[in-house]
Amino acid sequence: MKRLLPLLLSALFWIGAAEAGGVKPDEMLDDPVLEARARTLGKQLRCLVCQNQSIDDSDAPLASDIRRLVRERLVAGDTDEEVKAFLVARYGEFVLLRPPIRPATWLLWGGPFAVLILGGVAVGLYMRRRSARGEPEIEELSEEERARLDRLLAGEGRPAG
Amino acid sequence: MTATTETTETTAPSNRRAWLYLLPVLVFVVIGAFLAFGLTRDPSVLPSALLDKPAPEFELPPIPGRDDHGFSRADLGGEPMLVNVWASWCVACRAEHPLLNRLAQEEGVIINGLNYKDRAEDAMAWLEELGDPFNYVGWDIKGRVAIEWGVYGVPETFVVDRNGTIVYKQVGQMTPRVINEVILPLIEKLRREQ
Repeated sequence: MKRLLPLLLSALFWIGAAEAGGVKPDEMLDDPVLEARARTLGKQLRCLVCQNQSIDDSDAPLASDIRRLVRERLVAGDTDEEVKAFLVARYGEFVLLRPPIRPATWLLWGGPFAVLILGGVAVGLYMRRRSARGEPEIEELSEEERARLDRLLAGEGRPAG
Repeated sequence: MTATTETTETTAPSNRRAWLYLLPVLVFVVIGAFLAFGLTRDPSVLPSALLDKPAPEFELPPIPGRDDHGFSRADLGGEPMLVNVWASWCVACRAEHPLLNRLAQEEGVIINGLNYKDRAEDAMAWLEELGDPFNYVGWDIKGRVAIEWGVYGVPETFVVDRNGTIVYKQVGQMTPRVINEVILPLIEKLRREQ
């Protein structure tokens, strides 16, 4: 336990660091409702520099700028959709962590389900064919085999040959 | 289980379904082709959402110490030109700068600058040391106008045509190859257009 304690403490430290994320106190809005909306938006917007992080998770200066910009637009009265549209107009749909559903992204969204259905159909066909073929017939043991088996089970040593 | 029944049962279907055994190979080739294509692409270079759109509205003050009126939307158009986003703290910009000087002096290309998140004295010292190829330079200390342009790193360079439409964006440092094969031919083409 003595050895484990510093490890646990440092683990706690890192959890705390991860929770803190990129949003700085001086960026936050006083209005809790707007701030909550800014947080929801921030999690849906990609940091263009780090690419696999949301702007809320990122410490990149550009992410901070965009967090401020999102809050400014919310204060100015933009809806969530208007804020997103503002950024998409400048950075493209890549800025959205969740791609919109439209013809160009149907394969992206539907692909996994299509593969699941294809796989299900394949398994179903295989099962049906197997049950149609019926159980393979099991041949009975001959008298000679049965006698040999009895001998083996009785532990009479290995039969010659 | 006799030898005769086994052969009749297995050889016939295996001939019929030979292509089934090739299927995994085909799937592998298709996936492999997509992945190989993916390897040739640089994920840090994003397509610009602003291509073939009019340049955004903006107005920037000059860098304190530089003798111009700053840089705004009204300065775009008339002639094809470059808009170069740069900063004195950006190493790639330093490597790129001689190329901008060459474009301005030898090719007569109009270049406007967008100085990104820079201290005025640093930016001015940079221009004094490395040369000043810019027509107008806007001082974007907060980086807000850069967001209007969809900038996500420095350097970035835009080609803007006579109508103020963004026709090309170079993400990252311009190289002699980019200048000779992309930028200059494009500027020539835009100059011929009326």
